[in-house]
Amino acid sequence: MSNVDVKQIVLDIIADVAPDEELDGLNAGESLRDQLDLDSMDFLDIVMELRKRHKVEVPSEDYPRLATLDSCVEYLTPKFA
Amino acid sequence: MNKRIVITGVGLTSPIGNNLEEMRKNLLEGKSGITLEDIRYMGKRPAGLCDFDEYKYQKKKTRRRGTRAGSIAIYCANEALEDAKIDLSSVDKSKVGVFLGLTEHGNVETEEEIFQLHENNLDYNLWSIHHNPRTVANSPAGEVTLNLGITGPHFTVGSACAGGNMGLIQGVQQILLGEVETALCGGVSESPQTFGIFAAFNSQGALGSHDDVTKASRPLCKTRNGIAISEGGCVYHIETLESAEKRNAKIYGEIVGYAYNSDASDFVLPNTQRQTQCMLKALDRAQLKPNDINIVNLHATGTVMGDINEVQAVKEIFDNHENTYVNFTKGHIGHSMGAAGALELAGNLPSFEDGMIHPGINVEEVDPECSMSNLVINTAKETNTVDYILNNSFGMLGINSSVIIKKV
Repeated sequence: MSNVDVKQIVLDIIADVAPDEELDGLNAGESLRDQLDLDSMDFLDIVMELRKRHKVEVPSEDYPRLATLDSCVEYLTPKFA
Repeated sequence: MNKRIVITGVGLTSPIGNNLEEMRKNLLEGKSGITLEDIRYMGKRPAGLCDFDEYKYQKKKTRRRGTRAGSIAIYCANEALEDAKIDLSSVDKSKVGVFLGLTEHGNVETEEEIFQLHENNLDYNLWSIHHNPRTVANSPAGEVTLNLGITGPHFTVGSACAGGNMGLIQGVQQILLGEVETALCGGVSESPQTFGIFAAFNSQGALGSHDDVTKASRPLCKTRNGIAISEGGCVYHIETLESAEKRNAKIYGEIVGYAYNSDASDFVLPNTQRQTQCMLKALDRAQLKPNDINIVNLHATGTVMGDINEVQAVKEIFDNHENTYVNFTKGHIGHSMGAAGALELAGNLPSFEDGMIHPGINVEEVDPECSMSNLVINTAKETNTVDYILNNSFGMLGINSSVIIKKV
């Protein structure tokens, strides 16, 4: 799966977890929490949706790897291989 | 009571209206809000649903995280504040309390999670992270405090179908105790979202039905066969009379009497004697005689025995008093469970202004065992004046509640 596909998967999940947020202008290199109204429960929700929809596991020690859109793509792409 | 406490705001949603004006109009016109709805595993069944805008006061994310009961509570609480013309930014929010009656809570989420568990081959790792905050018993009241930034006390009052009255009573008591200065209090119900409640009433032979779904709920009717399960909510803004007068607030009525007790006799069957005692206790607290009461709103759910037992209890106190009329609300809105007491009281409050008494509807022929004087059936009754309303609300495990409101 390409980086573009993985990025879209992450964006789709964020759109469901945080439906009030505008995602079009996101800076992929910046912290998601700095740009969006996301809290710890939202990140747990994102992890749950990755597990539920794509059978991708993110162990708790790797949660910091989901900090930005770029880091999500870098971390998750191999898991979608 | 050492303080006079009044209702200065009403926020509600029901199967026949999303505010008091709309609901009252439909009560007077005898309109039913019961429709056929798809119930999981059971197919089409009569139910009463609300169509308020969930996002009028709530973000999509908090709705997704929370519960239907919480969403109903948030809508009603915000509407009550608007109605009371309260701007929370100019209020000490640590002196505001939120007290909501519930029949049950957590069934909706638990049923859904169990359903999903089976859909997902029993993989419990997919169980929702939101299950616990959604199902804790204080959840709907807590959702209101989160939504409004209220830092005073909040909790729910688990009191079966007496919940609406009990939430209001709890608000009064918290003001009397000095714990809060104002309260948002009443009751909410999300029960139609859970099939288990339908299935249980079905197993009991107490799920109402009729070829014409709008007549599925027909308390006191000779052919009644059970209840129509509804959702809804009603939250009151209450404060002291002194505070209301100081800010020149509209006053719907004064809570002058209330009472609650237990049957201690049966899990589901009501107890006439205890209901009578409850109403008499409320009259005593209000220092009123039966003939002072102009409207008695029956709990009347449409079950065979429940209606007979309650009418017997009411007859013992109010039969043949020319100024006392008796109505009920569940023919219009079904049984809105934890919201019922508060919603049904709200439906009668405008009688203080217009002198009209809305009817109980869907009665093709009054059951002789439910007959008594001054029943207002099928057509609204015009009176000279309404000064006092007594509102009954009873629940399973034998919990009874009565509230008396006075015109101010």
